[in-house]
Amino acid sequence: MINFGFTLSPSSRIDLDKANKPDFSRLAEIEPDILKCMACGSCAASCSTVNFGKMNLRKVILMLTRGEEKDALPLLETCVLCGKCTMVCPRGINTRHLIISISEAYKKAQKTERK
Amino acid sequence: MIYEGKKKIWSEYQKEIPDDHYFYVRSCIRQNFFPASEKMFLEIVRNRLGRDFHETEHHTTCGGIAYHSDAIPQETVMTIIARQFALMTEAGYENYVASCITSFGLYTETIESWKHFPDLEAKIREHLWKTCRKEFKVPKYLAHASDIIYKYRNLIASKARYKLINVKTGKPLRVVEHIGCHYAKMFPSKGVGGAEYPYVLAGMIESWGGEIIDYPERRHCCGFGFRQYLIKANRGYSMSNTHKKFESMEPFKPDMIITNCPGCPYFLDRWQYVISELEGKTYGENGYGIPVFTYEEVAGLVLGYDPWDLGLQMHQVAVEPLLDKMGIQYDPSMKYKGNEGRDLGMPEMPHFLKCC
Repeated sequence: MINFGFTLSPSSRIDLDKANKPDFSRLAEIEPDILKCMACGSCAASCSTVNFGKMNLRKVILMLTRGEEKDALPLLETCVLCGKCTMVCPRGINTRHLIISISEAYKKAQKTERK
Repeated sequence: MIYEGKKKIWSEYQKEIPDDHYFYVRSCIRQNFFPASEKMFLEIVRNRLGRDFHETEHHTTCGGIAYHSDAIPQETVMTIIARQFALMTEAGYENYVASCITSFGLYTETIESWKHFPDLEAKIREHLWKTCRKEFKVPKYLAHASDIIYKYRNLIASKARYKLINVKTGKPLRVVEHIGCHYAKMFPSKGVGGAEYPYVLAGMIESWGGEIIDYPERRHCCGFGFRQYLIKANRGYSMSNTHKKFESMEPFKPDMIITNCPGCPYFLDRWQYVISELEGKTYGENGYGIPVFTYEEVAGLVLGYDPWDLGLQMHQVAVEPLLDKMGIQYDPSMKYKGNEGRDLGMPEMPHFLKCC
């Protein structure tokens, strides 16, 4: 290997063909409202726990659509289910219920994988 | 897309290219990168197609490389361009052809700026008179040299000795076409096919028998980008652009790449070597790279010129696998021989990228 004094930058490319579609489709069946999200970020802006953790529902939804659930699920850990995000969502999504559904759907999938 | 709608949009991006009498200006960097391309262009249009192309030794760089690197201001670059136009006016021509994509973009930008800001044009005329005692007329018609080859693509096909067809399988060669960013991305109406569906190289490939590959990063920049490359610390960014393109085109197994810009063939060619040394990865068949050509080189190959007269030994990626596919006869022992058989010396071979 030759040292040229510069290297390749890490790729920011997102390969949607590799996204985890079955788990996301299952989630969308239980919670069709997830497809209504327009990523405005009102939920993230109104979140009470944002100062105490990395909770960001807008980001979680985006990551799940890209099949990056391994990075997305830990973001939900600090959610206290206060429901403020549900009150501000302009698309009328029951985000509180959505968070519960995401946790259930993906945890179920992880348990099945382990078996 | 609805076909009628596409046809309507398409008609807005067609270009009328005059038939004859052109003033030709070379690129400042191309002659170092792929020295035979411009010579071959003039050879084809003058001697094979019988067209009038005037060239003068007095013309200089258009200044684009310094302008896009933030080294000189716009008024300076416009004055340099005005001097080129003055040379054209003195020679009695009205149709201006640039060999370089960046020059073409910059000439277009300058002429458009003068249309919107006549005061600026007057100021540049004054600068030119003070510095050179010259006056100029704005070209009636501005073209890039690839527009000319595009116009005569079918005529070239009728005189072709070889086609872009794999002689062993009888199938068309799979070709990636890469258009320089400054061709139509700044002024879509000035290029054949606009910015989204540029047809200038695709038309040549179709006429000469090849198959065009449509891949996700087809319209992505080659990574040259002037200031990204000129500063060494930023070169990783430049190379990452090229890497992205190669990763995207690799699954489609291209046989060759055709470009119409001075920087693109250079970077698509040389970065394959650097990527191979950094990552140990090559993108062609059997450890070779994907050969990259200028459109003049491909026109020259199709018309039956000797590959070594076309300067193909200057490429980093070996071109021999493609020559074999096309069935082109060549003498491997003449690859590194100059005029009158003078030995040019063998270059050092890369560690990973296979070369002949």
